[in-house]
Amino acid sequence: MRAVFKREFRSYFSTPVGFIVLAAFYFFLGLYFSLIYSYGSPDVATVIVAMSTVVVFAMPILTMRLMSEDRRQKVDQALLTAPVSLTSIVMGKFFAALAVFAIGFAPTLIFEIIVASYVSVNIMSYIYALFGMLLLGSALIAIGMFISSLTESAVISAILTLVINILVLYMSSFASMVSVSWIATVLEKAAFITAFENFGQSIFSVSDVVYFVSISAAFLFLCVRSLDKRRWA
Amino acid sequence: MIEVTGLSKRYGTHLAVKDVSFNIEKGEIIGFLGPNGAGKSTIMNILTGYLSLTQGKVVIDGYDITEYPEDAKRRIGYLPEIPPLYIDMKVREYLNFIYDLKKVKFPKKPHIDEILRLVKIDNVQNRLIKNLSKGYRQRVGVAQALVGNPDVLILDEPTVGLDPKQIIEIRNLIARLGRNHTIILSSHILSEIQAVCKRVIIINRGQIIADDNPENLSNKLSSDHSLVARIVCAEQDMLDALKTVKGVKNVTSLGCKESNSYDFLIEPQPGADIRGEVFKRVAARGRTLLSLTSNRVSLEQIFLRLTETADNDEARKLLGITDGSEGGEKPVIEITDGDTVTVKAGKNQAEEEK
Repeated sequence: MRAVFKREFRSYFSTPVGFIVLAAFYFFLGLYFSLIYSYGSPDVATVIVAMSTVVVFAMPILTMRLMSEDRRQKVDQALLTAPVSLTSIVMGKFFAALAVFAIGFAPTLIFEIIVASYVSVNIMSYIYALFGMLLLGSALIAIGMFISSLTESAVISAILTLVINILVLYMSSFASMVSVSWIATVLEKAAFITAFENFGQSIFSVSDVVYFVSISAAFLFLCVRSLDKRRWA
Repeated sequence: MIEVTGLSKRYGTHLAVKDVSFNIEKGEIIGFLGPNGAGKSTIMNILTGYLSLTQGKVVIDGYDITEYPEDAKRRIGYLPEIPPLYIDMKVREYLNFIYDLKKVKFPKKPHIDEILRLVKIDNVQNRLIKNLSKGYRQRVGVAQALVGNPDVLILDEPTVGLDPKQIIEIRNLIARLGRNHTIILSSHILSEIQAVCKRVIIINRGQIIADDNPENLSNKLSSDHSLVARIVCAEQDMLDALKTVKGVKNVTSLGCKESNSYDFLIEPQPGADIRGEVFKRVAARGRTLLSLTSNRVSLEQIFLRLTETADNDEARKLLGITDGSEGGEKPVIEITDGDTVTVKAGKNQAEEEK
């Protein structure tokens, strides 16, 4: 797992992909922070919550090549014939993407320090928001990886991931359009944004954590199955 | 070292590999020979655990590939048809990655250094793989198979895309590695197989149709021992004279290949040695016999004859394998000498370069 993690993490920065994603994160983080700061309510948690839209669009770039590229270049033959399990290959890639994602939110720590030097802050609200963002990120990475494992084309993978990301994050917006009440409830409750915004409002609930963790686990598992399935094709 | 029993692989409704069985002893160098789509790569992919098997059993050094995949895979170095390279990495960086991936125990730097030297890519070790020529990429592919010094090397068409000089280099490398590795290589370049392999497995339509050393295969197919005689003579006259020699089945003129002389292909009756009789007849006619050579079948011809036959049972018949029932027969003949192999290889090499 370490070898795969190291390689994938480095590959993000030997190609422009990692830099593009980080640049997008840093640009919008800076923008939101300066806006919110200038409105006189310096709350870093709000900045993090506002980033969810950026994350939706950046995530496909982060995950589109993760599995598909190996298959296209036939490098998967080296990975799958090496004495390592499929799970460790998938986990190595997952953590590499998560690491880049986490680095993308590193500047919020600086923001928090800046804010804390002027006013008294509730450090827990920042930590909850960041934690929620990492959980959201891991769920979206897992979904993106699974989609990437289905195709050889990075472009198809990216577009599909974007569509799915928008759906899973904002499906609560469609709730009002649905007349069947139980479907509306499901859409509302299951939308990632619902659980994520709870973290943003410093509401820590175990069920939200379990929700994101189990979504991540489920899609990583599907990703492993999808790799294994190709052996049986 | 490698035991394969009753191996079958089905893709949907298409049976790509049908009941293949063979055993490979430690230290053997085996050649898989077959036309494109015969199932060579599929078999190799199954041996290395890349593909699953539909039926049968593959055991590598005592470890079943489906039950103990990690133990089995640790013993195999694999170069697939297309070398599995991350083109955005540098050569050394890539080999370091493979080293980590395979969890190799040897000291890292000396091990990688040795491999770089062995496949002669130390001069490009700090270049991006994407900027390397096909020949170099192929060699990086061989290098990654060697990382961890596995007992078994499985090389799928290792010399594809190389120039003749590189082909010879890789061939020598394989021969050298063969001293302490078990090697399976596949090719449709026959000279390559002849040059390095002491045993050939010919695969056609997913089945093994021959498993023998090149020498024996050649003998079996040319059991008639036909001769080519070059004689200074008049063509028709000599043709008639040769036809009446005792034990001769058929004579055909091959035309004039050297001035004043004609070549004749003389096919004897089964089991008859007609060389002496032919010489006597030519001498009796007062003609000069310039040369009398055995018309040996090259591996290339064997290959064509076997794979062009309508079905595999027919091919087996050609080889004199009589129990031609589907599966079950495993004509494993161990090799005693391989001297003549190199001689032939030289000839084929020349043909290939031409």
